[in-house]
Formats: sequence, C-alpha cells, structure tokens
Amino acid sequence: MDRLIRTLTQAWGPTSYEEGVRNVITAELSSLHLENSVDTLGNLVYRIPCAGRQKLLLSAHMDQIGIIVTYVDKNGFLRFGAVGGLDPYKVLGQRVLFANGKVGVIAVETKERKTLEHLSLDRLFVDIGATSQVDALKHVGVGDFAVFVGEPVEVGTRVTGVALDDRIGCYILMKTLKAVAGKKLGYEIYAMFSVQEEIGIKGAKVGAWGVQPDLAIALDVTMCGDTPESAILDIGLGKGPAIKVKDAGMIATPVVRDLLIAAAKKHKIPFQLEVLQGGTTDAAAIQTNAAGVPSGVISVPDRYVHSASEMVDMGDVENCVKLLSAVLLS
Amino acid sequence: MEQKRIELLRKLTEARAISGREDEVAEILRAELAGHADTVERDAIKNMFVLKGMNKPGPRVMLNAHMDEVGLYVTHITKEGYLHVGKAGGIDDRLLLGKKVLVGKDSLPGVIAAKAVHLCTTEEIETKVVKVEDLVIDVGAKSDKDVTGKVAVGDQVTFATTFGMFGDGYFVGKAFDDRAGCAVVTELLRIDWPFPVIGMFSTQEEIGTKGARVGAWRYTPDISITVEGTIAADIGEVKDYQEVTNLGGGPVLTIKDGGMVTDHKLRKRLIEIAAKNGLPWQFKRMPAGGTDARSIQTAKGGVRAVAVAVPARYIHSPVSLIKESDYENTVTLLTKFLADLAGMEA
Repeated sequence: MDRLIRTLTQAWGPTSYEEGVRNVITAELSSLHLENSVDTLGNLVYRIPCAGRQKLLLSAHMDQIGIIVTYVDKNGFLRFGAVGGLDPYKVLGQRVLFANGKVGVIAVETKERKTLEHLSLDRLFVDIGATSQVDALKHVGVGDFAVFVGEPVEVGTRVTGVALDDRIGCYILMKTLKAVAGKKLGYEIYAMFSVQEEIGIKGAKVGAWGVQPDLAIALDVTMCGDTPESAILDIGLGKGPAIKVKDAGMIATPVVRDLLIAAAKKHKIPFQLEVLQGGTTDAAAIQTNAAGVPSGVISVPDRYVHSASEMVDMGDVENCVKLLSAVLLS
Repeated sequence: MEQKRIELLRKLTEARAISGREDEVAEILRAELAGHADTVERDAIKNMFVLKGMNKPGPRVMLNAHMDEVGLYVTHITKEGYLHVGKAGGIDDRLLLGKKVLVGKDSLPGVIAAKAVHLCTTEEIETKVVKVEDLVIDVGAKSDKDVTGKVAVGDQVTFATTFGMFGDGYFVGKAFDDRAGCAVVTELLRIDWPFPVIGMFSTQEEIGTKGARVGAWRYTPDISITVEGTIAADIGEVKDYQEVTNLGGGPVLTIKDGGMVTDHKLRKRLIEIAAKNGLPWQFKRMPAGGTDARSIQTAKGGVRAVAVAVPARYIHSPVSLIKESDYENTVTLLTKFLADLAGMEA
C-alpha cells in the first residue's frame, strides 16, 4: 500500500479541523512548487496557470465525519452528537480518537439491546476509561471532536480503513497533480482540497466563489451495490471509476459527464455510470456558484461509506488518476 | 436591570412580526437606533441594515439578529367567520389549542378554538393531537362578512402574549427567539466602534435563514456575530444530557449546531474574554437547530462567523422564559469582545 494512503487517512481531521490533513498535503506537494493559498474557511487551493484556457476547478474534501461531545456524566461517560452523517449501527462498538490522542469506545445503553432496530445516537455513549466525571474532564470536554480509529489494511487488491471518504479523493488529486506536473495542460487548473464537506458542502461553496471557475470536477467516493442483500445500486468495486449522472444533491452537468465518458473511452479506462439516491459532493455546491458552473464528479466506489472500515479497490483508484490525468492533458 | 433595557425587551417581544411581516419590529429598531447610525436601509427581502463607520479601517464586523418570530397566517375564512391557518416556522401543534392570538393589521383579538373537554372522548384527550390544518380561530364573527376589511387570507396571526417579569429575575414573553437578539444587537449598535459595523436585522430566519442569505451578499463582513435566543431544556422531564443549555448558565456559545461549525478562533477568543471578565458562559450542548450564521458563513468567499445566544425555555411556543442575568451577561460579553477587537477598554 502506498504510504501516502496511510498518512492521509491517519491525519486527524473531522469537519472544521482540517489543518492536519492540509499539512500532510502541503508537505507532500511542496516539491511541485505550485502557487497555493488558503481561504477564510481553510480550503487549500493550488493553481497551475494556463493563460487563455478555461478555469477548471477540481475538488476533493479533506474533512472526515466524527462525533462531538455534548455531555460528560457524573461517572465520566460522554454523550455525543454527530459531525456529518452518522449511522448508529456503524458507530456502535467503534473506537474513537480525540485530538489529544485520547481514545474512547462507543457503547450502547444496555437496556436498549432488545430494541436495536430503533437505535439512535442518543442511546449511545463514549467510554474513555475515566473513573469519574472529574477524571474524564482532565482529558475531554463538551465540544471536543473525535474520529474513528483505524489503520488502513490491504485486503487483496483492496484497502479497508477509516476516512477513505474522502482522503482517497485527496490522494487521487495529489497523484494526478504529480502525474501531470510540467506537462502542457488543456485547462488552467485550480486543485482544491476543501473543508467542511460532511456538514453541508460549506467549503466548496466559498471555494468556488474564490476561484470563479468555468467548469468543475469533484473527486469523492460513492456507495456500492455489490454486497449481500444490498440496496439496488449499479456500482461495484473493481469496475472502474464511477462517472456521476445524478445524486441527491445534483444532476451532473451533461457536458462534464460526457467529457469524462469520452476521455475514459478514448484511453480505454473502465468506468461505470453512477445514479446515487442519497448523498452528494462538493460539485453540488460548485455547480450553483454565481451564475452557474458546469460540474461533474469522478467517484471512487467505496463500500461501507461512513463506517470505520470503508473499502476501495486500488485498481479503481489508479484508474481514477488515469481518467483525471487524461482530462487535464486533453 | 435598567428600566430602559427592560422596556426595549417589552416593546420588541410584544411587537408582531411573523416571517415576511417584519415591518413592525424594523420600525421599533429604527426608532431605538435614531442618532446612532450613519445609514439605515432595507433591502429587497426587507432586511434592515444599520451601518456605522463603513469607511473606517479594520475588519468589517456584522452584528446580526433576526426580526421574525414563529406564528401563523390565515389560509381561509369560512362562511361562518372562522379562520383557518397555516404555520410559519416550527411550532408544536400540541401547544396551539385554546391560545389567545392577534390577527391581521388591526390586531384583531381571537382564540384558537378548542372543543370543550365534556365533548371529547377519552381517546381524543389522551392520544389525539389536533393538527394545525384542523384548527380554526374564533374572532367573534358571525359570518365572513363581519371580518371583511379586517382580515384577509395571508394575514399574520401572532400569539397575544404580553411581556412580564416573575420569580427570581425571569422575563416571560413571546418571541425571545430572536427579539432578545435584536435587543442585544441594538445595545451594541448604540456604542461607537472604531471599525466598520454592519448591523443586520434579518427577515425570514424561521423559514430557512432566507434574509441572512441575501443580506450577507449585500454587505459581506470579515467577522460576523449572530445573536440568538436558543433552546434551554433545563426542565423536569428532560434528561441532563439533553438539556442543551440552562437558564442562568450565561451566554451560550455554539460550537456546532444543525447548520454549521462556528469559527474556532473567534469562539476561543470569546471564552478568553469571558474568563478575563469573570463572566459565566456555556456551550450549546446539542448539535441541532440552525441560525442565520450558517448562511452568513458561506457568503461569497466565506466569513468567520460565530453564534452567541441568550438561553430561552419554551422557544417556538406561545410563551418563553429568559433570565435577566443571561441577557445582561450576553450584552456585557459581546461589548467586551468588540472592545478587545478594537483594542479599546470597555
């Protein structure tokens, strides 16, 4: 496994605390000597000038989902709320990591065990091993954020781990920037590593305003329908990048969708079309910036999105890099 | 608390202004701020801007509170002279029956009709919620002709709740969400600051922070403080970990609500200022709800935005409660914060 995937997914970065991820990216890309800036909300934007060409905004988000502590009880247990879309079933039993390195485990009120079909976050709590409220408050407080714990692991041609949503998108964007470095590009490139996607695509909205692009492509994960008894979704691991047609937040602008399809066909890169019922990406915010921006998405098929063990196929990831590179070089 | 401050709260909470009908509050604020503003203007969605020192150096600071309150509006007048209504903003249907209301431009008194208990079945009493679409308002008319010229479809219906004080320093009234915020912002706008100040009294917050969205487009600040009345659930039936905030606990600082994460640096500075001045404060302890700050934060290239609130019990109902000390501490905290920003002593 590329060590960069480990570094990116292990950087601590729940929504609004993306600095650690940003530091990983700037360190990794410093050798490219690209012009870059950080805006008011913390979006990191690299620019590759190309006079007279259309401005193409690429966006992958740095933040990951997490929890926020809402209460520390008299015995030192923590109640919490969601930062981003949290499914109680995926949260239960997981370990979480606070910014200061403290680890906790998420457990459920015991009397709820018989009614797990109605499980909600307010029946769960975090145990940080504290012996009392006073002890707990030495390490954590109300308002502290935490993220899932988990090292990435290679399983066959696949990688499973935390925060692949959307560090794998960041990875693809970084690899692409390296792949096309110094080459003649078809667009003026703005590569944005955005903030606060998970709580309502906030970063992309202001980032798009800062760039005022002519078109945009987001790099994010999408869900899969290739697991036992899964909901109907025509996306599977290992079948190539998913080119978005529609999700819950947008219809990909046909001109961008078709541009991606044409590039995939031309370079014989396998691809699948994505029609996703739930969720959305930075592209939804960028598409409605100012007077409008034609926008599309290259999605990485990702099983178990928003769990502590997401799973992507490295063949898909490499093909995403190839596809994006092909577009930039066209 | 000074009588002048109390009177401001009284006037603002008794004013009638559901979403889209904010003029009465705007005119009170305009009068209260006469002589303290360089410019006062309304925009297309009826936000009111109170501008001070826009040419001064330094960060542009927005002080924001919304003028609208939750309430009802008339949807239909029956031949018998009863009014059907719809909701503007989030209200619990269970709280509506039997309440006194004021209708339309003439503040016509009315009562939300409720069947006498004698006529209700046990099942109705114990399990049934009368939904807003099944309610009517009785304004004492015999027929629709009786209310011609007095009530029209679309008219606002507000709760007829008067302001008062009771217990150990509590204020009781309607619409502390967000007239408490309007009052705090008014007090802050009466002070002259050495940096540009955009007072934004916004409209249509309760139906989706509409006013703030366009208002922050018109005047995009560097820093924004939204002042709110927020949920306090420090009451019997609610578990400790779900009380969100408590009365008497001081100004409420939001880290995350249902709509945003506030600016970490500004919020930390507010906490430092509170500590330095011995002021109580509390976090909002549930990431739910949303304020104008969520829309201001994402205006144009982004704004460093925070939300500070006076805790209020029973918000979005016909009657709510705040504590005098929380109100005063909110004014003091924000005054000290702005003074610190300006490098002034306050």
